[in-house]
Amino acid sequence: MPETIERKTDKREKIKSAKKMRDIMTSYYIEAMSAEQNSKQVAWITSGGPVEPLVAMDIIPVYPENHGAMIGASKMGEDFCAKAENMGYSHDLCSYAKSDISCALVKGGPIGGLPKPDMLICCNNICGTVLKWYEIQARLYNVPLFIFDTPVCHTQYAPEIARYVQAQVKEYIIFLEKITKKRFDYDKMKRVGRLAIKAQRLWKKILNTTAQKPSPMSCFDAFFFLALIVTLRGTQTAVDFYEELLMEMEQRVKAGISAVPDEKYRLLWDNLPLWYQLKWMSNKFSDHKACLVADTYTTAWCSALKYSDENDFLGSLAQAYTMIYLNIGIDQMADQVLEMIKFYDIDGFIMHSNRSCKPYSFGQMDIMKIVQEKADIPVLMIEADMVDPRNFAQSQVETRIDAFMEIIKHKC
Amino acid sequence: MIYAGIDIGSNTTKAALLKDHQLLGTHVIKTGYNPLEAGIRVLNTLLEKSETARTDIKAVVSTGYGRSSVDFADKAVTEIICHGAGACFMNPGTRGVIDIGGQDSKAISLDKNGNITDFAMNDKCAAGTGRFLEVMANALEVGMDQLGDFAKEADNPSKISSICTVFAESEVISMIASQHKRENIIAGIHESAAARIAILAAKVRIQEPVIMTGGVAKNSAMTAAVEKRLGMKIKPGILPQENGAIGAALLASKIETPD
Repeated sequence: MPETIERKTDKREKIKSAKKMRDIMTSYYIEAMSAEQNSKQVAWITSGGPVEPLVAMDIIPVYPENHGAMIGASKMGEDFCAKAENMGYSHDLCSYAKSDISCALVKGGPIGGLPKPDMLICCNNICGTVLKWYEIQARLYNVPLFIFDTPVCHTQYAPEIARYVQAQVKEYIIFLEKITKKRFDYDKMKRVGRLAIKAQRLWKKILNTTAQKPSPMSCFDAFFFLALIVTLRGTQTAVDFYEELLMEMEQRVKAGISAVPDEKYRLLWDNLPLWYQLKWMSNKFSDHKACLVADTYTTAWCSALKYSDENDFLGSLAQAYTMIYLNIGIDQMADQVLEMIKFYDIDGFIMHSNRSCKPYSFGQMDIMKIVQEKADIPVLMIEADMVDPRNFAQSQVETRIDAFMEIIKHKC
Repeated sequence: MIYAGIDIGSNTTKAALLKDHQLLGTHVIKTGYNPLEAGIRVLNTLLEKSETARTDIKAVVSTGYGRSSVDFADKAVTEIICHGAGACFMNPGTRGVIDIGGQDSKAISLDKNGNITDFAMNDKCAAGTGRFLEVMANALEVGMDQLGDFAKEADNPSKISSICTVFAESEVISMIASQHKRENIIAGIHESAAARIAILAAKVRIQEPVIMTGGVAKNSAMTAAVEKRLGMKIKPGILPQENGAIGAALLASKIETPD
């Protein structure tokens, strides 16, 4: 066989904490599924939404986007997207939205559908599609919807934006008090806020371990371990787990255990993963002795840490949730990418132009040009989708990755 | 020392032999259903044609979409690298390559030492590829090799606005129905494909001298349309269709094999 197909998967040492995380996620979903029996309320919330007030009010947050990722990883995306298209939704609509909308009707999917929500919390810091998507679900389930509107900060967090978003924090709390018929617990909020910030700091430290050579984990691992910082942010469970994971990563660094055997090239990934092709993609790069050491996606769950104040969580919430990666200007996004290229000592940058995620993919050409100019590293753009495999052509993507790696090998 | 390159494309399979850094010969066949069989057949025919024994070949590099099917190759390399290498070998000093293949078109930029610095390819879409021209030639009942001659006779090129090959075909069919001159439609098709290719070339900031490779480079109306779009001189490569295979043979000569 041609030598490019040589594979050494067997040399990879698995991350031990993975099993524990699977168990935690299973308990989390069981708890959410049995919420009604336990007289608990469930809120569906967008992935970038302010979840901490929900945790403080003992409401179980559930993430349709995390569910979408599971649908993608279980390779059920095509089926659910096609179902949504049969319902009349456009092929160009986000595949998370399509999967969630059709799955809610058929109650199928990898976990038999999500538990029925008592309320919906929609924060548009990640995209505008969520507004209509959550309106559709609010009509379907006939439950109240709270919209947390975070204007895009093209150049700065202007005072009028600050006033506008801060006012919504107050409205959010009033909304929760009304639905739960309980007074908001400000003391618990402080504790939850501290835990949320603690978990984000740990998450950042975990991601930063990949600056070591060889890298103890790849972004494919980060895509997996991300689930807790998204779903259980603000809980002790997340803090405990990430402490353990950080310890394991530090041990791997010490022992020289790498994610990719004989790591030679270090790459940076932009945008969401192709959930249905994680294994193929991971093997593809591993065969080239290339490790995707970091990505802009999983970093988004700690990139606004600098705006959070653990002593005044509610006071800093507005800015921390408004200034996330997808809600800032292209120049600032490019600056973050350039910082990562330097910090992780990156040899090449791969951008997934994601048919589903418009705010993430819009502006990529500009970021690409800025990176090519300022960092002088090769950049590859792959056109695909996070959940819908109909927008992905394997052999075309393979040729582009192989050629890109040949260029990097020549350059390094 | 003899080295072989085999380029298994979506449409045609090409082979090239290099002997002491000189081109010994090339051969082109249709790929058909079985890429491995096509690879064996094209190489055997070329060996026969050039009176060379299989045992004289020191190394083989495969490229193109079927590159990993060639189980007897010493190495599989992407067509991007091979087209860059082939263009530089056949046309020393090349800084840019535009390759229009069956299902892919690409723009490649090279540094002054012939190393590839960047490339861009069409998306999962046939616009601006050889297949696009083939579909249109079929709708217009013109052979692929006649397209260029027809285009040159145009007095007022038609405007094809659809990017999608399928929609563009219906657009062409309605133009036929409304009695546009065939020459004008064909010129419009060339301009439409050239517009797509120019975008790829701009992405990699292509520099002169630019060589066009792939079977379509034999069509001088196509090179002219791309030239007009880019405002640059574009030279058809020598043996453009076999360029990828020649590049593969050249890369085979660089493999260190134990004697």
